[in-house]
Amino acid sequence: MGDHHHGPAKGLSRWLFTTNHKDIGTMYLWFSFSMFILGGAFAMIIRAELFQPGMQLVEPAFFNQMTTLHGLVMVFGAIMPSFVGLANWMIPMMIGAPDMALPRMNNWSFWILPPAFLILAGTLFMEGGAPNFGWTFYAPLSTTYAPPSVTYFIFSIHVLGLSSIMGSINIIATVMNMRAPGMTYMKMPLFVWTWLITAFLLVAVMPVLAGAVTMMLMDIHFGTSFFSAAGGGDPVLFQHIFWFFGHPEVYIIILPAFGVVSQIIPTFARKPLFGYDSMVYATAAIAFLSFIVWAHHMYTVGMPVAGELFFMYATMLIAVPTGVKVFNWVTTMWRGAMTFETPMLFCMGFLVLFTIGGFTGLMLSIAPADFQYHDSYFVVAHFHYVMVAGAVFSMSAAVYYWLPKWCGRMYSETMGKTHFWISFIGFNIAFFPQHFVGLAGMPRRIPDYALQFADFNMMSSIGAFIYGASQILFLYNVVATIVAGKPTSEAKTWEGAEGLEWTVATPAPYHTFETPPQVR
Amino acid sequence: MTTQSSTEYEKYYVPEKSKLAVCATIGLILSTFGAASVMNDMTFGDGATTGSWGIFWFGLFFFSATLFGWFRMAIKENRAGLNSAQLKKSYVLGMFWFIFSEVMFFLAFFGALFYVRTLVGPWLAGEGEGGRMNHLLWEGFNYQWPMPLTPQEAVGGVANQPVANMGTFQSYEQSMAFGEAAAWYLWLPMWNTIVLLSSSFTVHVAHMGLLDGNKRKFNIWLGITVALGMLFVALQALEYYEAYAHFGLTLNSGIYGSTFFMLTGFHGFHVVMGMTMLLIQWLRSVRGGHFTADDHFGFEASSWYWHFVDVVWVFLFLFVYIL
Repeated sequence: MGDHHHGPAKGLSRWLFTTNHKDIGTMYLWFSFSMFILGGAFAMIIRAELFQPGMQLVEPAFFNQMTTLHGLVMVFGAIMPSFVGLANWMIPMMIGAPDMALPRMNNWSFWILPPAFLILAGTLFMEGGAPNFGWTFYAPLSTTYAPPSVTYFIFSIHVLGLSSIMGSINIIATVMNMRAPGMTYMKMPLFVWTWLITAFLLVAVMPVLAGAVTMMLMDIHFGTSFFSAAGGGDPVLFQHIFWFFGHPEVYIIILPAFGVVSQIIPTFARKPLFGYDSMVYATAAIAFLSFIVWAHHMYTVGMPVAGELFFMYATMLIAVPTGVKVFNWVTTMWRGAMTFETPMLFCMGFLVLFTIGGFTGLMLSIAPADFQYHDSYFVVAHFHYVMVAGAVFSMSAAVYYWLPKWCGRMYSETMGKTHFWISFIGFNIAFFPQHFVGLAGMPRRIPDYALQFADFNMMSSIGAFIYGASQILFLYNVVATIVAGKPTSEAKTWEGAEGLEWTVATPAPYHTFETPPQVR
Repeated sequence: MTTQSSTEYEKYYVPEKSKLAVCATIGLILSTFGAASVMNDMTFGDGATTGSWGIFWFGLFFFSATLFGWFRMAIKENRAGLNSAQLKKSYVLGMFWFIFSEVMFFLAFFGALFYVRTLVGPWLAGEGEGGRMNHLLWEGFNYQWPMPLTPQEAVGGVANQPVANMGTFQSYEQSMAFGEAAAWYLWLPMWNTIVLLSSSFTVHVAHMGLLDGNKRKFNIWLGITVALGMLFVALQALEYYEAYAHFGLTLNSGIYGSTFFMLTGFHGFHVVMGMTMLLIQWLRSVRGGHFTADDHFGFEASSWYWHFVDVVWVFLFLFVYIL
């Protein structure tokens, strides 16, 4: 039939006008990496200032802008888009679909991101400086006392939310509607499952965030009193709405990471994933619980005791499905014929460090104990163990794992392993001491600190510089692979790999599965 | 070009590359940037907003024109027979989850309303855990809903009470609650409810007509639905006029005014959107002869949206006006 599809168009128009899920996935991945570097640069400024006690390099006001932008850029610019990019690349190939369900909207979801971040980063050069109220933008810091640039911040959050909602609707429609014949729900790769559930979470909570920033906007410019007790509102109301978004948000970040790890560990253990069904149900249970635990971020605002207890017990419940997952990964490796290529190393790093982050989470969930830990560096250490060693490590693993499939070239294993070990060591030097300074009482988000915290902070800074430098190696390794890596055309890069994405040619052709495969 | 193949499965139509996304991005970003600049010029700047308005309107026009072209293309593709049953299902799923996201948006505002009414108000008035707050900060504030007197006014001053716009809150003379209406037949929200509920019924009748293949019935009842939607918006505008001109009820009237105007305002905005969607479907049917008994997703999606704004109104009526 006259049914041929051409390859990619030439030049810039390929990227601007594309409807191809692989092109869009590639753009998401590169964009998120550039945001990772930008957010990382902000982190380096933070750690440089904290290298020694006393005011060293930057003004306190600018320091606050750095902590705020570091969080916003990493969460909304680096981690979330990177997993969306992965979803774009992999989901159609994993379920045997010709593309995403709504390809033009897919391109739109991507292209509104860069200008939104341009505006957000542009606030640094506006009068009054960039947002300085922390990535959680609590009222009244973000309303009554905010710099004028807060308005641009609000609108860029709106645009990011729009992007996430459209991207998620696309993923839901793709997974529900585009699976190849025979690909039943319980045969889907776990990465597809975790993304489907993540997409539900996104569609459910991004509009709530939009509501929160809209209330801020109205309070600032139009005289409403949502977050102002003088008018009968309540600043704590902001925290409730924000965390109703914010807690599912942290699972939005980690669930796709769980999916990635669940793909990679079986490959290098050369055994099928242990407890596939329980993995699916555990993911769904985590997603459900994420909606009823939000106030554990705000134990100290003066909630009634009944509220504290409810949120404490609900939070502890999350440890059950998460434990199911950790045990399943470990059991998958049990008596497997294991090898330790770079993706596997990152997954094992993930497993160890994420579990540490999970345990500190359990400590934080205990309301009376949290009164001590609240807003201390212990919290910073906790969420970096899950965000960096959880999400970012699994993302690095995913890049090494699928890079040969994407570009038809093999990365340098030596350099990959070096990247892993430097990251692993640098990360732990950076964040492990923060547990101690936090427990000893060092508050987060301050540019200066008491002298007794000096040694651990210096260690922390050195570790952060090492970790930051190792990402340059990562970038170099990826670019070197794409430009001059050893060509490979094996459909199955890894001998233990299972799944439809390993049945197509390497590098993956521009269009895959135009005729749906039959899944047994 | 992609053509329909005659193999046993229907091919999923993946469009060729398209400029739509980039154009829509330019429009969206310019309009949001413009809107933010207008607000900052007003609140923090010297009040000169001409340039910002220019960016906003240009962006909005560009955005609307792009969306118009986008939907036009989607309709053309469907009429050219490119949309397989599978693709149509993608659109159905897309619309469903879009409406779900809208529900969650309203939930944020309803959540704020419930939180304020059940917890914040009583606490500010000295109940429960907030007892000291009343004694130290808002001595003399008594909670009731609607809230005619804000805590700020109850303590008779604005000192040490920084609020976001550095302004003050003003009490109103009359709220929109049923209990304060002069007579039941003068109570606008009741008429609004009647109008909107009947429009949900008429759009259903139109749908039935279409399913029977009766285009005349469809056109008439859909036309009536759009007219009812316009009537609702007009009545709502009248209500806002009354609120501002005669009741002294504004966005500045403390938390009652905030929740009242934000909930009804966003609802009204969604009514306008839904009405526009239905109007376009009506024009498509009357002027373009679109829609058949088994192919009318554009109309169906719009009618879902319409039922959705109707359901939101029922909750609004209950929790904002009556209870």
